[in-house]
Amino acid sequence: MADLLDLTAIEMLAALERGETTSRDLVAASLQRIDALDGRVRAFLSLRPEKALAEAQAADARRAAGEPLGPLAGIPVAVKDNMCTADGLPTTCASRILADFRAPYDAAVVSALRGAGAVIVGKTNLDEFAMGSSTENSGFGPTRNPWDLDRVPGGSSGGSAAAVAARMVPVALGSDTGGSIRLPASLCGVVGLKPTYGRVSRYGLVAYASSLDQIGPFARTAEDAALMLQVVAGHDPRDATSVDRGVPDYLAAVCGADVKGLRIGVPKEFFGEGLDAEVERLVRAAVSACQDAGATVREVSLPHTAYAIETYYLVATAEASSNLARYDGVHYGHRSAEHGDMIDMYCRSRAEGFGDEVKRRIMLGTFALSSGYYDAYYLKALKVRRLIKQDFDAVFAQVDCVVGPTSPTAAFRFGEKTADPLSMYLSDIYTISANLATIPGLSVPCGFTVAGLPVGLQVMSDIFTEGRLLGIAAVVGQATGARHRQPPLLDTLAGGKGVAR
Amino acid sequence: MGIERDEVAKVARLARIAMTDRELDTFSEQLSRILNYFDKLAELDTTDVEPLSHALPVANVFRDDAPGKSLPVDVALSNAPERTEAAFKVPRVLDEASSA
Repeated sequence: MADLLDLTAIEMLAALERGETTSRDLVAASLQRIDALDGRVRAFLSLRPEKALAEAQAADARRAAGEPLGPLAGIPVAVKDNMCTADGLPTTCASRILADFRAPYDAAVVSALRGAGAVIVGKTNLDEFAMGSSTENSGFGPTRNPWDLDRVPGGSSGGSAAAVAARMVPVALGSDTGGSIRLPASLCGVVGLKPTYGRVSRYGLVAYASSLDQIGPFARTAEDAALMLQVVAGHDPRDATSVDRGVPDYLAAVCGADVKGLRIGVPKEFFGEGLDAEVERLVRAAVSACQDAGATVREVSLPHTAYAIETYYLVATAEASSNLARYDGVHYGHRSAEHGDMIDMYCRSRAEGFGDEVKRRIMLGTFALSSGYYDAYYLKALKVRRLIKQDFDAVFAQVDCVVGPTSPTAAFRFGEKTADPLSMYLSDIYTISANLATIPGLSVPCGFTVAGLPVGLQVMSDIFTEGRLLGIAAVVGQATGARHRQPPLLDTLAGGKGVAR
Repeated sequence: MGIERDEVAKVARLARIAMTDRELDTFSEQLSRILNYFDKLAELDTTDVEPLSHALPVANVFRDDAPGKSLPVDVALSNAPERTEAAFKVPRVLDEASSA
């Protein structure tokens, strides 16, 4: 075996089953890769090497004893650091205000991963409180794109995307409020899925915008993403918005999937001004590949796309301004050392603890909800949200899915958009509609620019049709072969690729 | 529309975020640009459109009125910046001069 970390999670499970490797070797290889590369990539905010190795050995012992094993038994995974973990690791949301926070309970998805036998190696970097599109807003420094260390990995789940792209772990979890899984998946050349709102429990996910937030997987293949979704999907009474609806067999939907007879819609609004020509060429080539494989393709229209950014940033910031009111220096988190009365303590603690983008969004949301502006901004945005949802309803009456670019450009350089918050917001132009409409969306690598940067194809479909998206991703993955290319960074590893032995 | 510096200061007070003069200037400029862009929404006629706050049909979620498991007090207080034995400790809420 050339390198354990070149295996997908499903291949790792098969190798474990055949006795060709052990979970201890897999987790050790993961930790060694992180040790070798993460000084440069900075995908992780915290690691738990000893506990991970102990859990791996325990998984090996259970396997050797023939005990029942979960669907991810012994597989190293990573979790975005806005999901609560009660095992002593901090849960920081990449914010100084939560720098020392230790969650007293596991998020539902974390319990699900542990229950499935997965070994959590560490927690990954993000834009502070998941607010951003580049991971540059992390309070603890940005993550770098493994394909080009001078470029951003996308955000907000940039750490999880980079960790999977650099093959530190085969799979990871992220959260997506306006594109925070799909955008970094696209920029880092991996598969990322935002499920239907309500498909995965948000219990223990630190809230940003509660009517939009959803947790989903990163993986290098559609099959691995299906495996991860299978583990985390399902109803949870602790999240009142989680949907009580059966979870289909996602792996079955992916294995042997084809696109014969699939009706693909290409929204004309996704191919307008601002779309990079190289990205457009690769996306159109992937659509043609689907057509060659038997899909029918037609142009469709999502006429309110032009209003999605405004709608999203009003709805999301309004919800954020309310959700983030809890960081008050009383129950947990940073409290200013110097303060007068209670109100002064709140104001100083929050001023010291939050970064600029978080402040900006709290301010925008507070303004949009404030007396005199509520109707013009927040209520207006909720009405336009319905128009956006109706666009998708109309389109899904004609086609099975819509496809287009995930991001208007490949990975951009550090600092390119930080001076102008609005230009950063426009990075989300193709992804945010899915959150507003609550439908699932997925990004799958469809090729590389001349400069060697990955480009993602976004596929969206009607609620609770994640299996269809994963099947399409499997076909696109096969057709483009994009998953077999690896970041040049991995060639720099000493001794080939540093296999743990 | 733009947002004046005084308005930004008011919003910062509502949001309980202390701001320096320089921050007020920066935010005033940035928020004005963003809000100007957002004004594009006004173009749309939404007279007969129902606001959508939740896109999936939601029903009330009921459960039996029975006590469930909750965090032990000590665990609940474990992240508190300041605590007494069984409570969160906060600074003075009222001035000595002020009346309730």
